[in-house]
Amino acid sequence: MRGTVQAMSPTIKVEELRKAYGELRAVDGVSFDVQAGEFFGILGPNGAGKTTTLEMMEGLRQPDSGSVTLFGESPWPRNPRLLPRIGVQLQASSFFERLTAREQIRTFASLYGVTARKADEWLDVVGLADMAGKRNEDLSGGQQQRLSIACALAHGPDLVFLDEPTSGLDPQARRNLWDVLRDISAQGRTVVLTTHYLDEAESLCDRVAIMDHGRILQSGPPATLIRDLDAPTRIAIESGVITADAARGLAEGLDVSDDGVSLTIATRTPAPVLSALAERDAMRGLSVRGATLEDVFLHLTGREYRA
Amino acid sequence: MTGFVSLSTAMARGFFRDRTAMFFTILFPLMFLVLFGGLFKDAGASRTDILQIGSVPVVDQLPAEAAAGLDQVLAVTRTADRAAALEEVRKGDKAAAIEQVGGELIVHYSAADAVKAATVQGILESLVQQANLAAAGVTTPAVSLHAKPVEDQSLKAIQYMTPGLLGWAIATGATFGAALTLVTWRQKKILRRLRLSPVPVASIIGARVAVSIAIALVQSAIFIGVALLPYFGLQLSDQWWAFIPIMVAGTLAFLSIGLVAGAASKTPEAASAIANLITLPMAFLSGAFFPLDGAPEWLQQVSEFFPLKHLVSSMQDVMVRGESITVTLPDIGILLAFTLVLSAVAALLFRWDDA
Repeated sequence: MRGTVQAMSPTIKVEELRKAYGELRAVDGVSFDVQAGEFFGILGPNGAGKTTTLEMMEGLRQPDSGSVTLFGESPWPRNPRLLPRIGVQLQASSFFERLTAREQIRTFASLYGVTARKADEWLDVVGLADMAGKRNEDLSGGQQQRLSIACALAHGPDLVFLDEPTSGLDPQARRNLWDVLRDISAQGRTVVLTTHYLDEAESLCDRVAIMDHGRILQSGPPATLIRDLDAPTRIAIESGVITADAARGLAEGLDVSDDGVSLTIATRTPAPVLSALAERDAMRGLSVRGATLEDVFLHLTGREYRA
Repeated sequence: MTGFVSLSTAMARGFFRDRTAMFFTILFPLMFLVLFGGLFKDAGASRTDILQIGSVPVVDQLPAEAAAGLDQVLAVTRTADRAAALEEVRKGDKAAAIEQVGGELIVHYSAADAVKAATVQGILESLVQQANLAAAGVTTPAVSLHAKPVEDQSLKAIQYMTPGLLGWAIATGATFGAALTLVTWRQKKILRRLRLSPVPVASIIGARVAVSIAIALVQSAIFIGVALLPYFGLQLSDQWWAFIPIMVAGTLAFLSIGLVAGAASKTPEAASAIANLITLPMAFLSGAFFPLDGAPEWLQQVSEFFPLKHLVSSMQDVMVRGESITVTLPDIGILLAFTLVLSAVAALLFRWDDA
C-alpha cells in the first residue's frame, strides 16, 4: 500500500506555504500532500488560515513563499492548462444576476465547452431538476449551495475545491449536502474541503489537517487522530439514579462528575462499567460518547473548540 | 468563442430582466424626450403668423413657386374683419396684419416683438420690389430673393433633442453598464469564478462591449421611433444611418469611463455615484439637453474635452443637419483615442478581487 502511494506523485503537493497580510501571518509554513481520489479536509476555527491556504492552492493568491503544485504544475500565475481540471465551488452568492438555475449552470459549463445537455444532468445530480426554471435569487440557501457545487462540477474536473460548503445551512440541508459530497468523492474525484464543523470533517473526510493560527497542528484520518488521542469514553446517566460515590465503586480508576442533570463517568475501559450499571439497573438516560475531533482539538491547542 | 457568446447572453439576460436598469437606461431618457419634445414642440417654429385683411394682390398673385417659398416663412391667415385683425396684432397674437389699398401695401405691426415685425417688413418689402420689377417689365431680375429657412437656425426642438438625449442615454447606459458589471461581478466573486475558468479575459470584455452596443442600438431604435411619431415630427436627414459608427465609438468611450469608475470603486453604490458624477454634468456641458451657442466661449472650449460633446454634435450633424458620414470621422477618431487612454487606465486599476 505504502509503496504504491509513493510511486504515484500526489495530486496536490503543498510545501512550506506562507502568506502574511501585514503583521498577520495568515498561513505560516503549511505542508501537506493530497493523493488522487482522496477526500481531504482542512479543519479549523474561523481565521485559522484555511481559506487563504485554499486560495493559494486554487491559484487565486500568490504565496509569499513556499510552493503549490497541482498535477505537477503550479497554479500561479493563472495556468490555463490546469483550469479545466479543477473545479472551485463558489460562495452561495457567486451567481450571475437574474439567471435561472439552468441558465447559470449552462453558462458556466459553456466556459469550458461543455454542452447544455451535459450541464443539465448536473442539476439532477444535486437534486435541483425541479428548480431548473427558478432564478437563483428565489432559491433557498441549501439549494444555492447545491447549485454552486453543480456549477463547480459541470465541466467534470478531477480535482474539486469546496470552501465551507455547508456554512449557514440548517442541519437538514447540511446532511443533504453531505450526501451530494460523498457521491462526488465516490466518483473518484479528489476533493479538498475547508470547514469549521468538526462533525463534517469527521463524517466526510478520508484525511483531515487541523489548522490553527496559520499552522497545521496535526493531520491524518479522523479515526486515527481520535484513537491516537487515547481519550476516555464518557458514559452518562441521569443524575440521581446512583450517587457519585457508588459510581466510583463500579470499577477501578473512574473519573466521575455529577452536574445535577447527568452523572458522567469517564473511563478507558467502558465494558465493565456498562455491565455493572446494567446489573444495578441504573441505565436511565444512558449515553455513551467516544472522543471526537473536538477532543483532539482541545488536546492540541489546550482550549475549547470555537468555530 | 462559446465563452464570449454565453457570457454575452448571461449579461444581456441579466440586463433586460433588471427593471431598474431598463428604467434608467431606456425609459428615463425617453421621458425627457417626450417631456421636452412636447413642451418645446412649437418653440423652434420658424414661421411667423400674420393676418391678411381682404385681398392683397401682391401676395395673392404670386407665382406658385414664390408662394410656396413665402409659405415657409410666413403663415398667412386671411380675414375680412379689419378691426379684429388690428386688435390681434395689438395684443401680440399675430406679428403683423397686411392690407393693400390700391398701390400701397400697408403693414400694421406691433413694436412689442421688434424682431418679428422687422422680419415681416423685410419679406414684404422684397415682395413689393418684385412686384415693381414685374410691373416694369423685368421678367428675369438681375437679383432675386428666395426666402428659405436655414436648417440649422430653424432646428426644431425635437430635431435638436433627439440626438442630444439619445447621446446622453447611450453615454449613461454604457457608463453604468460597465461600472456596475465590473463592481458587482467583483463583489459577487463572479470575476474570481471566471478567472478560475479557462475563458480568456478578452472574451469577458468583448461580451460587455457587445452587450453595450446592443443596448445602444435598442436605445436608438426606440428613441428615433418615438421621435418620428407625427406628434413629435422628427425629420431625419438622408444619411441619418451614418450615426451608427459614431454611436459605436461613443459607446466604447463611455464603456471605458465606466470601467475606470468600476475599477476604482468597491461597492455598486460608489460606482453609481461616480458614474452619475461624470455623466450628468457632462450632459449639461456638452449640449445634450440644450444648445451651447449662448454659453460663454470658455465653456464651449471646455466642452470639446468631453466625449459626449463629440458624440452629440456628430449625431446631430448626420441625423438632422444633413451632413455626410465624413463629417463624423474626426469625432470618431477623438472618441476612439479617448477609449484607448481610459481603457489603459482601467487596466492599471483593474483588480479581480476585493482583497
